[in-house]
Amino acid sequence: MTSLRRQIGDFTRLRYRRRKALSGWMTFCLTVSACAAAGGLLGVFGYVVWKAVPHFSVSFFTGLPQPVGEPGGGMLNALLGSLFMVALGTGIGVPWGMAAGVYLSEYGRGRLAVWVRFAADMLSSVPSIVTGLFIYVLIVRPMHRFSGFAGALALSVILIPIVARNTEELLKLVPQHIREAGLALGIPRWRVILSIVLRGSRGGLTTGIILGVARISGETAPLLFTALNNRLLSLKWDQPMASLPVQIYTYAISPFEDWNVQAWVGAFVLVLFVFLLNTVTRWVMK
Amino acid sequence: MTETLLSVQNLNAWFGMHQALKNIQIEFSPQTVTALIGPSGCGKSTFVRCLNRLHEEVPGAYATGKVILQGKNIYESSVDPVLIRRKVGMVFQKPNPFPSLSVFDNVVAGLKLAGIRRKSILMEVAERSLKQAALWEEVKNKLQQPGTSLSGGQQQRLCIARALAVEPPILLMDEPTSALDPISTAKIEELLAELKKTMTVIMVTHNMQQAARISDKTAFFLLGELVEFGQTSTLFTVPKEKKTEQYITGKFG
Repeated sequence: MTSLRRQIGDFTRLRYRRRKALSGWMTFCLTVSACAAAGGLLGVFGYVVWKAVPHFSVSFFTGLPQPVGEPGGGMLNALLGSLFMVALGTGIGVPWGMAAGVYLSEYGRGRLAVWVRFAADMLSSVPSIVTGLFIYVLIVRPMHRFSGFAGALALSVILIPIVARNTEELLKLVPQHIREAGLALGIPRWRVILSIVLRGSRGGLTTGIILGVARISGETAPLLFTALNNRLLSLKWDQPMASLPVQIYTYAISPFEDWNVQAWVGAFVLVLFVFLLNTVTRWVMK
Repeated sequence: MTETLLSVQNLNAWFGMHQALKNIQIEFSPQTVTALIGPSGCGKSTFVRCLNRLHEEVPGAYATGKVILQGKNIYESSVDPVLIRRKVGMVFQKPNPFPSLSVFDNVVAGLKLAGIRRKSILMEVAERSLKQAALWEEVKNKLQQPGTSLSGGQQQRLCIARALAVEPPILLMDEPTSALDPISTAKIEELLAELKKTMTVIMVTHNMQQAARISDKTAFFLLGELVEFGQTSTLFTVPKEKKTEQYITGKFG
């Protein structure tokens, strides 16, 4: 009896030591993975800063593209164009996406909801260049011209599924008994959803929207076939429009040293914008 | 027998294929407290949820039969459940104040979200309801704090105040004290005695002593059927049915 107990004791001690060792090793692996993930971000950010900061100047924000060979100039046209298209794309995509998300979470039952959810998932994994082609066929060809409007629409098509799925997931986190409490007070269902359910999740909803906006701010491919580009400052909705990502792309692949440098500065501004968008919202939401 | 405020006739309720209530007949008089007792899963909660048409909010759930409130069947197809729920308030088992709304906004939610915006009216209603729910003294200086920042017992009284704010003639309570400590429970029981002067309370409880303490009438449910309904004093001392006696003496359930 005692010898059996001792054997069991030895066995559990051995197991314990093994468990401790394995736990230590696993924690180490997780830490390394986390550092590698964060390191990637730091690496990209650091490299962009290193390349861009020496050439950073006010004229980048105020000047327009200069002809090849003339130094200086800036990307005011691209900055404003991006701002215009991202704002319009957000204006179209956010209400649309949120409405779809509310449908999926609050009203969607049965086959239609399953289908809509599937479509939203598919849409968010469609390569963005295909989205650009889609808008090209739908808007650009009938209008016979590239336009800022088409660009904004392409961006909104990318934004809609992101916002829709995010809204759905967040609203599903609101417990059912909160909705019932609202209904039991004689508040109509649409009011319960708007003033209690959506309001209760506004923090998460805003964060989701910001992440979506940050994502479309950097999209290049869907703008190539839709907004094209514009060397001039133009904010006409039905004319080709410059954007930061496309301008960066154009300048980066060009053989001119001066343009390459400007592409780096553009990339820096874009990364900075996304970074600020993230941190400022986090700060405001608190 | 006095006049009838709420009369239930042949009420059946289903969750999909499962029948949760079978042919319930019962009547409630004004200004009384009725306790609903019975083992878990016997249909008490489903029953109260049929009285404000909340039952049908569960996917696949439906009810048949008549529930006649002030002379009108609330299950008629022309009736809007939203209007019924303004007359039949409800307090849930778990305190469920609206997240991200202040104490004040929680209390007046029923009015504000129905379109009443006059600050003076809302303030008056909030104060009256919170006093009725015996919560005013504790929260009068933190009306703008989130409702979820209160303690569990306070949250439940907040939910009662919220239900009272729309002045329903009937108040349903689904085990309102089962998640609370004895002191909060005592406060809510005191409250009931006061509320009964102006309204009819129908309360589900698992606590037999509570039913005996606070109710005028008691209904015993078992397996979706109403086994016995009568004066609380009679039902607890000389029950007519064998099953009632077995349940209240703790032989099963």
